[in-house]
Amino acid sequence: MSHETLSTILFLLFVVGTLAITFWASRNTKDAADYYAGGRSFTGVQNGLAIGGDYMSAASFLGIAGIIALSGYDGFLYSIGFLVAWLVALLLVAELMRNSGKYTMADVLAFRMSPRPVRTAAGVSTITVSIFYLLAQMVGAGALVGLLLGITSETGKALTIVGVGLLMIVYVVVGGMKGTTWVQIVKAVLLMGGATLVTLLVLGQFGFNLSALLGQAAAQSGQGDAFLNAGLKYGTEAQGLAGKIDLISLGLALVLGTAGLPHILIRFYTVPTAKDARKSVIWGIGIIGVFYLLTLVLGFGAAALVGSKAIAAENAAGNTAAPQLAEAVGRQLLGDVGGTVLLAVIAAVAFATILAVVAGLTLASSSSFAHDLYAHVIKRGKATEREEITVARISAFVIGAVAIVLGIFAQKLNVAFLVALAFAVAASGNLPAILYSLFWKRFNTAGAVSAIYGGLLSAVILVAFSPVVSGGPTALFPEADFAWFPLQNPGIVSIPLGFLAGWLGTVLSRESDAGKFAEMEVRSLTGAGAEKAGAH
Amino acid sequence: MTTRQHDISVYEEVHRSEDFQELKRRFRSWAFPMTAAFLGWYLLYVVLSGFARDFMGVKLLGNINVALVIGVLQFVSTFWIAWAYSRHAERKLDPLADSLREHVEGRIG
Repeated sequence: MSHETLSTILFLLFVVGTLAITFWASRNTKDAADYYAGGRSFTGVQNGLAIGGDYMSAASFLGIAGIIALSGYDGFLYSIGFLVAWLVALLLVAELMRNSGKYTMADVLAFRMSPRPVRTAAGVSTITVSIFYLLAQMVGAGALVGLLLGITSETGKALTIVGVGLLMIVYVVVGGMKGTTWVQIVKAVLLMGGATLVTLLVLGQFGFNLSALLGQAAAQSGQGDAFLNAGLKYGTEAQGLAGKIDLISLGLALVLGTAGLPHILIRFYTVPTAKDARKSVIWGIGIIGVFYLLTLVLGFGAAALVGSKAIAAENAAGNTAAPQLAEAVGRQLLGDVGGTVLLAVIAAVAFATILAVVAGLTLASSSSFAHDLYAHVIKRGKATEREEITVARISAFVIGAVAIVLGIFAQKLNVAFLVALAFAVAASGNLPAILYSLFWKRFNTAGAVSAIYGGLLSAVILVAFSPVVSGGPTALFPEADFAWFPLQNPGIVSIPLGFLAGWLGTVLSRESDAGKFAEMEVRSLTGAGAEKAGAH
Repeated sequence: MTTRQHDISVYEEVHRSEDFQELKRRFRSWAFPMTAAFLGWYLLYVVLSGFARDFMGVKLLGNINVALVIGVLQFVSTFWIAWAYSRHAERKLDPLADSLREHVEGRIG
């Protein structure tokens, strides 16, 4: 049996299993708290696993392993930013948000502000960030199939995107937050299991001597010791000062973006209390941290055992490094059968990864549309719960369909920058609004609206006029050249602009409600009046 | 007086209470400096990765260099801060927060 067939079988098993869970979850999804927040009845450990499942995208599994395999140490910089970011969520956001919000990011912002403008801004930002991220994942899915399942025709790739999109729509529309969370839990367990297995096999090849592994990786990469140091991919010496500032800009967006990503923020609502939200973030940090350490071994292991050349020959971005490594260690241990089995397992895990992440994104954006834009802005808070959930399901379907179409259309475009852009927008617009709202008494409606739009627009505009969109062979539009902003990552400019806009908007408006802020502070720090877990 | 106004005045009263101000102080005096510290430590790491590559490339043990050690230390500090925060919250924040919450919910119903 070929590895493609085996991968497909394993992946279908995952699909059947998760669909069964989804339909089982749908029987217990009755009211809005069930649909949006899984009845707030997940335990801290379950939600911690789901946080891992939601966060560890194919980009971070295959992408970071690939960057390390091809450019060495620089991939590690990415994982460290992704991990440290969780401390912002743990210390400043998770518990306070669980205590003062209900279903979406906007709930926290709208608490003491004029609800319609704030919810409109937060809804627009949520949907924008989620769609950027979603699109990057969908395009990635198409490319992955080509590599892992040997599907190379354009029709084949398009059909895969349609399949991934339809599955994600079913998870979200049928299972709501409960179904989606379980898909993420199952995926997190599979991903951790697969990554641990391959890591142990790789380390075993080197007698568990990390230094020997690094030495062989450096030798096989053809770069020597430079491979074990920063600077082969980000902020290279050839790029000069601009490249190094770009590296810092990327680091800022990574570390400050996570706590502003809507699909991450809504995970805090799925547990009964703020203490469980804290516990789930701590579990999430443990799982994500261990995973990135495994990725480090996988990346250097791939360079050492497969060789950077062989990896680059298969995929220029290195996305196949982890599967190629699995095949190589499997073969060395158990012959051809071992190689086939291990490759198939890792390929199937990669698909599970994509599915879980896109489901989380679709849920976050459709929830925000239904709860913020439809129920509170269009219907002015007069929609019934039933209507709201129906609209949420319809919008999940529409957003899924749009993502499928855009994913197929963007198949040939270089959209890898969209993930970094999503982090930049989250850090520049959402995070200032959330932090000001939780901690600054004077903050008001004008401030919230200016922070969100200011951060969102400055990040998007700077990227539009950056080298990732035009002016070079790897740009989105290689033929055109309208790039005047020298950095690929806007964070170092757009994050201060977002905070500045929020401050300026606040002080220019007279509105200020000390009473509401007192209430919010008491509620967010003590949990008084917080949303309770469902009865079932 | 409507119920809503009653609720707000309960919150405002609790907000002025010494217990609440103490809870707020304990929360902020731990979380804010720690956030500044880990962000500073992370930025130092990123800046070193960009501007001090000779230093980062110094080998300490076999092929293990400064860059790898500082990178792994970022993991260690992250795990440590998460653990320390959870201990701080359980000992210093939760008991106060719980009693204030019971007080508020007892009066609002």
